[in-house]
Amino acid sequence: MTQPAPLLQVNDLKTYFTIGTGGPFGSGKQTLKAVDGISFEIHAGEVLSLVGESGCGKTTVGRTLTQLEPATDGEAYFNGTEILSLPNSQFRPLRREIQMIFQDPFASLNPRLTIEQTLAEPLHIHKLAKNRKEARVLISETLQLVGLDPKVMDRYPHEFSGGQRQRIGIARVMILKPKLVIADEMVSALDVSIQAQVLNLIKDLQRDSGVSMLFISHDLGVVRHISDRVAVMYLGKIVEIGNRLEIFENPSHPYTKLLLSSIPRIKPGRTKVEDLGEPASATSPPTGCAFHPRCAIATEICRSAQPEMNELSETHVSACHNISQLLGGHA
Amino acid sequence: MTLQSAKQTQSATDQQAILRPTPRQQMIVRIKMHYSLQIGASILIAMILMAIFASFLVPHDPYAQDLSNRLVDPIWGSTGTWDHPLGTDSLGRDYLSRLIYGSRIALMIGFSAMLISGVIGTILGVAAGYFGGRVDAVISFIILNRLSLPVTLVALAVVSVVGSSLEVVVVVLGLLIWDRFAVVLRSATLQVRNMEYVAAAEVLGASFPRIIFKDILPNISNHLIVVATLEMAHAILLEAALSFLGMGVQPPLPSWGLMVSEARDFMFFKPWMITVPGVALFLLVLAINLLGDGIRDVTTPEGRN
Repeated sequence: MTQPAPLLQVNDLKTYFTIGTGGPFGSGKQTLKAVDGISFEIHAGEVLSLVGESGCGKTTVGRTLTQLEPATDGEAYFNGTEILSLPNSQFRPLRREIQMIFQDPFASLNPRLTIEQTLAEPLHIHKLAKNRKEARVLISETLQLVGLDPKVMDRYPHEFSGGQRQRIGIARVMILKPKLVIADEMVSALDVSIQAQVLNLIKDLQRDSGVSMLFISHDLGVVRHISDRVAVMYLGKIVEIGNRLEIFENPSHPYTKLLLSSIPRIKPGRTKVEDLGEPASATSPPTGCAFHPRCAIATEICRSAQPEMNELSETHVSACHNISQLLGGHA
Repeated sequence: MTLQSAKQTQSATDQQAILRPTPRQQMIVRIKMHYSLQIGASILIAMILMAIFASFLVPHDPYAQDLSNRLVDPIWGSTGTWDHPLGTDSLGRDYLSRLIYGSRIALMIGFSAMLISGVIGTILGVAAGYFGGRVDAVISFIILNRLSLPVTLVALAVVSVVGSSLEVVVVVLGLLIWDRFAVVLRSATLQVRNMEYVAAAEVLGASFPRIIFKDILPNISNHLIVVATLEMAHAILLEAALSFLGMGVQPPLPSWGLMVSEARDFMFFKPWMITVPGVALFLLVLAINLLGDGIRDVTTPEGRN
C-alpha cells in the first residue's frame, strides 16, 4: 500500500529536562527524560491519540511540537519542513497551521480580554483581517461554528461555564484554519455531560474541515470515541501503536492490556484490576524495558535489553520482547 | 452554517452565558463597603486639590518674610490672629501658606520618584519573571545588591556629593527605591507566565512584547498599583528625612521635612511649629497607605476586607 507523505512525521523525538540545581550549593542536577525517542506520523485528516498515565510525557510531546519546550534531539517534519530546529522567526508563519487546544478552560483564556479580543488575537498576529469589521465577521462565523451565539463577543471569560470556555478555546484555534491541531487533555477538566458535547463538536469540526489531530488523553473511553489510530506511551516511549480497533480489540503489549482492563465497566464476573503500584520515576527509569517492574510476563531479557518495535501488521507495532508468546496466547 | 450537528449539541441552558457581576461591578460594591479605602482616598484627593489650587488658597505669599511678626502663635495660642491661622515661622512667613505649598513638593517628589522607580522596577521584574533562566539570575543578583544598600545613607552620600536640589532628590530616590517593584512584579510575572493563556498566545505566534503588553501587564496591574502607592508614601517620607537632615530640598522652598527641621530649634517653646508639618506628613502617608491597602483588598479575587 502506498500512502501519500504524512502531514507530520516525527522521528526519534527526545525532550529532556534538567531538574535540580547544580553548583556547590545545589542539590545536584538530574535529567528527566520526559520524552525519550518516540516516532510516529500523522496523515492528513487523521486523528492520532496519544494515551498513557499521568507523567508519561504525552503532554510534553505536544508542547515540544509547538516549540513551547525545546526538543533535545530528533526531528519532526511538517509538510516536509523540519520544525523542531526552526528559529522562532521562521516557525511563526507555520504556527498558523499547527495549533493547540489546552486542558484547563479556566486558565487558557486571558481574563482581561473580551471574547472578541481573545479571538481577534490570532487574526492580528497572522494578519488575516484588514480591519475590525472584517475581524468581527470572521469571529462571529467561528463562534457559530463552535455553537456559541455571536452576541457573546463583548463578554469576558468569567461569564462563561467550563464547556463554553472550551468552545471559545476551540474557536481561537479553528479561526486560523490550521492543518494540525494538538488537543492536550481538552475535555478532562470538564463535567462528563459537557465532555460529550465538546467531543462531538470537535469530532464534527475535524470531519468537516479535514484537519489532522494529535489527541492527547488519559481517558480511553474518550480516545475510543474520537481516534483513527492510537499510540500508547509509557515513561517517555511509545510501547504500542496501531489502528483504533487493533488497539482496543486486539491489544498486544502488556501495558496496553493493563490500561484497557482499567476502564471502569459494569460487567458481571469481571476480575479486579491488578494494582501494580506507581510507575517508575522518569529521572531513573528501569534498565531494559521500562515496564518490566510492573509486567506480569517479564523475563530475564526484559531487565537488560530495550525491546524492539515488532510489526504485527502494516499498521500495528508493539514493543515487547515476549511478543511471540503474547500472540500465541491471542490466536 | 455548515455545522448543524454542532449547534444541536449545544443545549439551551449552555447557550445562556452565566450572568455574574463583571469584575468592575464587583469592585464598585467592594469599594462602597471599604471605609478605610474611602478615608484614604478622600484625604489624598483633598491633598492633591490643595496642591493644585495652592496659589488660590494661600492667604499670604509663602516666601514673604515679615520680621516684625515672627513666631506668631496659631489661632488657638495666646498671640494668635486670623491673619495667620497657623501662625508664622522664625522669619515671619505665614505657616499655613507654607504648609499648603509644601503639599506640592511632597506630592511632586513622591509621584516623580515613584514613576522613575516604577519604570525601572517594572522592567527588571517583568523581564526576570518572563525570561527566567540567566536573565532572572542576573536581575535577581542586581536586586540583592540593591537591597543590601541602606537607602538613606546612600541618598545622603550622593546628594552631598552632587549637591542638593529638588531634581537631584527626585532622581536619587527614584534610582534607589525600585527594589519592591522588581521583587513583587517578578513573582507576579512568574505566576502569570505559567498560565495557559500565555502558552496559548505563544502557540498563536504572538511576539514577546505583545505577550507582555496583552497578557502579562494587564494581569499584574493590581500588584503594580499597590506597590506604586506604597512606594509613593516611602518616597515622601524619605524626602522629608533628607530635608530634615539638610540634604534634601533646600530653603526657602516650603518642604514639610524642611519645616520640621527649621522648627527643631523652637520645639520646646513653640511645639506647634514641629507638630503642624508633622501631622500633615503623617496624614498624607497614612492616606496613601490606606488607599494602597484598600486597592489590594478590592482587587484580589478573594476580596478580603
